[in-house]
Amino acid sequence: MKFLTETLVLGVGALLALLGAAFAKDDLFEAHAWVLFFVLLGSTILLMRKVEVVASNAPPPDTSGYMDGVVRYGVIATLFWGIVGFLVGVIIATQLAFPDANIEPWFNFGRMRPLHTSAVIFAFGGNALIATSFFVVQRTSRARLFGGDLAWFVFWGYQLFIILAATGYLLGSTQSREYAEPEWYVDIWLTIVWVAYLVVFMGTIVRRKEPHIYVANWFYLSFIITVAMLHIVNNLAVPASFLGSKSFSLFSGVQDALTQWWYGHNAVGFFLTAGFLGMMYYFVPKQIQRPVYSYRLSIVHFWSLIFLYIWAGPHHLHYTALPDWAQTLGMVFSVMLWMPSWGGMINGLMTLSGAWDKLRTDPIIRMMMISIAFYGMSTFEGPLMAIKSVNSLSHYTDWTIGHVHSGALGWNGMITFAAIYYLVPVLWKRERLYSLRLVNWHLWLATLGIVVYASVMWVSGITQGLMWREYDSQGYLVYSFAETVAALHPYYVLRTLGGLLYLSGALIMIYNIYKTIRGDIREEAPMGAPAQAVPAE
Amino acid sequence: MDYNTLRHMADSWGLLYLFLVFIGVVLFAFRPGSKKVYEDVANIPLKEDELDG
Repeated sequence: MKFLTETLVLGVGALLALLGAAFAKDDLFEAHAWVLFFVLLGSTILLMRKVEVVASNAPPPDTSGYMDGVVRYGVIATLFWGIVGFLVGVIIATQLAFPDANIEPWFNFGRMRPLHTSAVIFAFGGNALIATSFFVVQRTSRARLFGGDLAWFVFWGYQLFIILAATGYLLGSTQSREYAEPEWYVDIWLTIVWVAYLVVFMGTIVRRKEPHIYVANWFYLSFIITVAMLHIVNNLAVPASFLGSKSFSLFSGVQDALTQWWYGHNAVGFFLTAGFLGMMYYFVPKQIQRPVYSYRLSIVHFWSLIFLYIWAGPHHLHYTALPDWAQTLGMVFSVMLWMPSWGGMINGLMTLSGAWDKLRTDPIIRMMMISIAFYGMSTFEGPLMAIKSVNSLSHYTDWTIGHVHSGALGWNGMITFAAIYYLVPVLWKRERLYSLRLVNWHLWLATLGIVVYASVMWVSGITQGLMWREYDSQGYLVYSFAETVAALHPYYVLRTLGGLLYLSGALIMIYNIYKTIRGDIREEAPMGAPAQAVPAE
Repeated sequence: MDYNTLRHMADSWGLLYLFLVFIGVVLFAFRPGSKKVYEDVANIPLKEDELDG
């Protein structure tokens, strides 16, 4: 009777979605219910083909080892959403440089921009976090994932959340909260999936055979718990109707703004930092084959990050209606974050101490080191920009965009790529990657892309900030807003180029991973081999 | 228990409490004899990956 219950639940879900479409209060909800209906109907049909109504004689599936099937799916999903997210990024960069590229109404910048941010943060980053956390918690606990097929529910439920969020943005459904644009019903679905994720992760830790909980799991667990808290509080809203897409936030005015940036900055702190540090603390020692530089430092790193990050959000609201003391509080805590960030960076980089020669032969380690270096750089730049006087120049300019991308592309992207390059041969039981030289190509294309992107945005952002605040002797503003936009055009074109470089690196990765999973191995000179002697002329 | 009471509680006793907890955690990490323990647990990822039994 395999999959019978699951199929029935999906079928009933599809029926409910159909009813939702029939009785919808507004067009957006109706369109969304149709999307949900077709997704659930398709899933029901696919799953029906797997149902075995008659009890078969086949032995029950082996549940003694690690549960890696869901991690394999997670790796594929990470790669898929990564390409989608990077591609949409290149498209919206093009739209900013050439406004004619905006296609009304579904594909204009306003709708594509949340599609890009959510695709890279939640679809690419989220899948990477779920997949690696499932892998790491099993290995470091020496226990199989808790909850049986609940892990599969987490995986597919999360994909459904992504599809609903993405189609919602393009259709025009949004509650206008940064990084939390999906409407109330999508938020409720994500809450259910996230609680299941917490149950799987916690349950695995509880049934561990290893007495100590390894530090990577602390980071993952803090990420899961904090994101649950942030998501629920930030999305407290009253739906205007039961089958309608509109809701109203429980907060208003400056309280609402602070709630949003309490959420927004801790999405950076706990989703993009703590979670990915969990990756760092497992995959870097694993790839180097040496324990982390200082375990004590990792404990101090963890607790100082936890105690400080949660207060940093107000730095997004400098010079607004937010009380001055709250702005100063946010600034001070942001500056204090320098210490744990750099402690963590040193801990990651120094893990390689005594084995620096591996940088020459292993491009995956190179990738990890570049990623940690970008972690250090963007967490240096962040506190700097949180200082009020710097912020008065940098706020609302492209400098912020550049900062975010050096963190996201450099730190989050690179550590994810490195983890996937480590994972794929292990998960598919291949001897090694198809090609290490292609990893090296990916590494340098991506690095070049980030350097182009970040430096162009520095120039563009500072230009923009200076032009905005330029007064003449009479006290009038020197530049109109349109003039500042025109001045930025060359930088926007260059930014698109940076994005293209990063995307092409990721496409090389797709090819490399595809060949690795097929079991091919490329004939190539090993990395770091002595240079060919060139005969004297 | 109005807003001001809670606020003053948070920025005096609350702050002190959290600060002391943090100091306690750091001191605990550096307690005598912890070096050996942490050297062992740092090797958890590097131990054999097989799930035994």
